Amino acid sequence: MKEKGWKEIPIGGLILEAGNAEKYKTGSWRTFRPVRDEEKCNNCLICWIYCPDSSIIVEEGRIKDVDYAHCKGCGICAVQCPRKAIKMVEEGR
Amino acid sequence: MSKILGLTGDETAAEAMRQINPDVLAAYPITPQTETVQRFSEFVADGVVSTEMVRVESEHSAMSACVGASAAGARTMTATSANGLALMWEIVYIAASYRLPIVMVVVNRALSGPINIHCDHSDSMGARDSGWIQIYSENCQEVYDNLIQAVRIAEDKDVLLPVMVTFDGFIISHAMERVEILEDEEVRKFIGEFKSPHSLLDIDNPVTYGPLDLYDYYFEHKRQQIEAMKKAPSVIRKVGREFKELSGRSYDLMEGYNMEDAELILVAAGSTAGTVKTAVDELREEGVKAGLLKIRVFRPFPYEEIAQALRGAKAVAVLDRSASFGAQGGPLFLEVRSSLFEEDRRSPVINYIYGLGGRDIKVEEIKQVYTHLEEIAQGKKPIELVDCLGVRE
Repeated sequence: MKEKGWKEIPIGGLILEAGNAEKYKTGSWRTFRPVRDEEKCNNCLICWIYCPDSSIIVEEGRIKDVDYAHCKGCGICAVQCPRKAIKMVEEGR
Repeated sequence: MSKILGLTGDETAAEAMRQINPDVLAAYPITPQTETVQRFSEFVADGVVSTEMVRVESEHSAMSACVGASAAGARTMTATSANGLALMWEIVYIAASYRLPIVMVVVNRALSGPINIHCDHSDSMGARDSGWIQIYSENCQEVYDNLIQAVRIAEDKDVLLPVMVTFDGFIISHAMERVEILEDEEVRKFIGEFKSPHSLLDIDNPVTYGPLDLYDYYFEHKRQQIEAMKKAPSVIRKVGREFKELSGRSYDLMEGYNMEDAELILVAAGSTAGTVKTAVDELREEGVKAGLLKIRVFRPFPYEEIAQALRGAKAVAVLDRSASFGAQGGPLFLEVRSSLFEEDRRSPVINYIYGLGGRDIKVEEIKQVYTHLEEIAQGKKPIELVDCLGVRE
């Protein structure tokens, strides 16, 4: 994303576009990535509820993937998963 | 049409606030500001104003409530002094950086410690880099006039910055003076209706206040604040001209008193300017070409106008009612002196720190300063570049 000059942006650090946090990719912050074991997962969607970055992608009631462009690797999903179906794996391994 | 009332500075501020009738006022009592909010709370209780008054448990909460209210699109005011302003500190900066046009009365009082409730400018001078416009008032009339104008200045679309209107604790806040008050309707028309450009309550145009702003954009937002301050002087002058049409009283960034042919000039802000005027009058009768340059707007600092006003002066003394510990001199001195740096012929400028903790300053003491300026004008070296006036050795 090309960064804008001071004359082109709203004053006061205001965000005037609802939901534009999506444009800000935070995936590079991650040191550990969540990896889901599809066999253990029963699609209870607890991880989807808890994820602070809306990075659990759900289609038709089932978990499809993790949005790694935004997932910061906080690990909340792994802690909350009742079936221990999510593991945090160090990046680069 | 205006009416004439006998009011203290605090009562004057409350009267201006009654006419402004802000949507929200959040404040916490502190001497010597207390009577401003006390009287205003009576207006609220009597239903004279429609203001939502938020009674908070501290000044930190007062300014926080003001930020929330202003972001929601409310015309918002508060009032404080000294340690109350100090407790607001982090939110004072946030109000300016969110570009919220809050108007705050600051009744100048010495910062503790040792604890002291009387006047000096250490509180508002400490906040000089917070991004607020600062307007200093000499007397009760200026308290009234400055507050009415502050609303227009803060809310101007080219500015959108919070404004502090200050006046000296006890000397002005608790002294009764003759004050001309405009009709309620005239004030209402003059200030108009506040239409926030980015209201949190405008659900058709959603806005987020206060998101994280790191090395990629924070600097650009600070650059915008610098720009708003650059645009403020012309707005302050425009509002001043319009206010003159309404009231007959004239306002600029600063006021010159007997400056046309002045050779020996004092620079001062606040109530002391009035005392200096008396000294100037007496010295003029003796044939001394004495003048006063009164700083009304300290932020943004009118450095070009000051350089122009002091051009040709034989000697200048700046009176600072606060100390900037470890600095070369007081804050007013540093900026006045710096303003002259680009001049081809720079006048000698000395500094006196005076009046700390409410120490009285007398006409005689001011005349002694002019006497010393006369010696400097004749080529004598200043006794001290920066000295204290009225302190015991």
